[in-house]
Amino acid sequence: MTAAAAATSPHAWLQAQARWNRTEIAFWLATLLPFWLFPDYLVLASQIAITALFALSLDLILGYAGIVSLGHAAFFGLGAYTAGLAAKYGWGEPLTGLMLGALAAGIVGYAASFIIARFRHLALIMITLGMGLLLAELANSLHWLTGGTDGLQGVKMWPIFNKFRFDLYGTTAYSYSLIVLFLCFLVARRIINSPFGLSLRGIRENPLRMPALGASSRAHLRKIYTISAVLAGIAGALLAQTTETVSLEVLGFQRSADVLVILILGGAGRLYGGLVGAIIFMVARDQFSGNTPQFWYFWIGALLIAVVMFLPNGILGGLAKLSSAWRSRA
Amino acid sequence: MSAALATRGLDKRFGSLVVARGIEFSLPLGARYALIGPNGAGKTTLINLMTGMLRPDAGEILLGDEPIAALPPERRVARGLVRTFQINTLFPHLTPLEAVTLAVCEREGVARTWWRRVSAYSGVVDEAHAILSSLMLGADCYRPTRELPYGRQRLLEIALALATRPKVLLLDEPAAGVPRDESAELFAAIANLSRDITVLFIEHDMNFVFRFASRIIVMVGGRILLEGTPEEVSADPRVREVYLGKSHRTGVHHG
Repeated sequence: MTAAAAATSPHAWLQAQARWNRTEIAFWLATLLPFWLFPDYLVLASQIAITALFALSLDLILGYAGIVSLGHAAFFGLGAYTAGLAAKYGWGEPLTGLMLGALAAGIVGYAASFIIARFRHLALIMITLGMGLLLAELANSLHWLTGGTDGLQGVKMWPIFNKFRFDLYGTTAYSYSLIVLFLCFLVARRIINSPFGLSLRGIRENPLRMPALGASSRAHLRKIYTISAVLAGIAGALLAQTTETVSLEVLGFQRSADVLVILILGGAGRLYGGLVGAIIFMVARDQFSGNTPQFWYFWIGALLIAVVMFLPNGILGGLAKLSSAWRSRA
Repeated sequence: MSAALATRGLDKRFGSLVVARGIEFSLPLGARYALIGPNGAGKTTLINLMTGMLRPDAGEILLGDEPIAALPPERRVARGLVRTFQINTLFPHLTPLEAVTLAVCEREGVARTWWRRVSAYSGVVDEAHAILSSLMLGADCYRPTRELPYGRQRLLEIALALATRPKVLLLDEPAAGVPRDESAELFAAIANLSRDITVLFIEHDMNFVFRFASRIIVMVGGRILLEGTPEEVSADPRVREVYLGKSHRTGVHHG
């Protein structure tokens, strides 16, 4: 993909694959711009960071291991309700709340992974969809615990490190979400550059060959599904903590579908796809959905069809193609 | 001396179609055997049975002295029984270096590690590169697999199998579809396989079979018709009738 193909040793070539490039560094520096350029939009920026983390968690299973999920909101919602309930019933410390959310999503994700690892394609879509619906309905019926359609009220967060209070402008919320997103991104980045990540790409590229190399694909799939559930849980917990409320919508089918759309738009299997997709999707929704919120999906539908038809690797895939074409001309 | 790989009374049927009946053979350590037979004789099915991609209805498979018929495919590979595929079964978007490194990582049990970079395992990377170089893929190992010429992809099939350190290697038509001008490297690769590896290969190209095989097993209709030296097999009238006479060099390939 890069000019590193001219490298002389296999070590140098593999190291170059994992090295931070300038675009990446520029991207992360740019995430700091809202503090100065759009101080009135930090609440939105924080929601974008949370959605980006959620999309990143989906990318790990869809883009890297080929697991299609239409019910990933299950883990987002589990994280959100766990962190929200912890804060409501007296434990408003954000960082441990985040860990509780991660733990709850991780445990359920691990249990579910034993089913997930056995199926592919349409069966997988139906199973994940079913699990998502199941959990959403469960939360709806446990009105005494979740508040049902009224949402979870009375979530009170303590200041982070007893120092940084969640403010009305979203300064703390965005800082907090961005740092958590970045740390989770580092973990995801390390995973895909690891031997485990290589095996995941192997499963995505050719599941038939993996057992012929002595690999236990199911063990790998169970592991990445659990990791993905943990990250989705962290994203959900972040939303609960930064908005100090949890609505049923965190578990909704719409959220599962949206995150899939975001990832496909941005480009699956390239880590930044979910991040870029989240920025485009959320900013566009904020700008266009003002008067007629439902109408905005008309444009998302059109965009989705266009991207899948003309940019099968998403917007990032299209950009990568463009830049390599430009480079080979120069 | 015990055999490297042996089967006892292997049966398999799909409904009323018998694809393997009473298959018994044994490969001595370090042997070079060819498995031939007309289309639909059950050659690839036999490889699928031995490697665990299909389950036999009856019979036993012995790898060394160890029965393996109950093991899943990946455990058989870990014990040293490895195959290649008639139709390229590769990782199109990975480079050969990544693919072979993947295979070595799996063998070494480091493929579960997610907190260290691949490049931190320099021994693994060196070995992967050495395997690729030995198969003359050193210069191509940084290009995505799908961009490689077909003959090179056939070599990568073998490189992936070698990365698992096989004791017994089952090659399913290694030269299938390789143009003549690309076949020299493939023939050299197979000629250079370590004598520690026991090899059974399916092949339609009789030049190939007579060049590499010390013995030939002929399958017809899910049974072993006979086993013998190349001279014995080519002299046998039954073989001439069912196989050599008809599809020899006609370029017919089985499914």
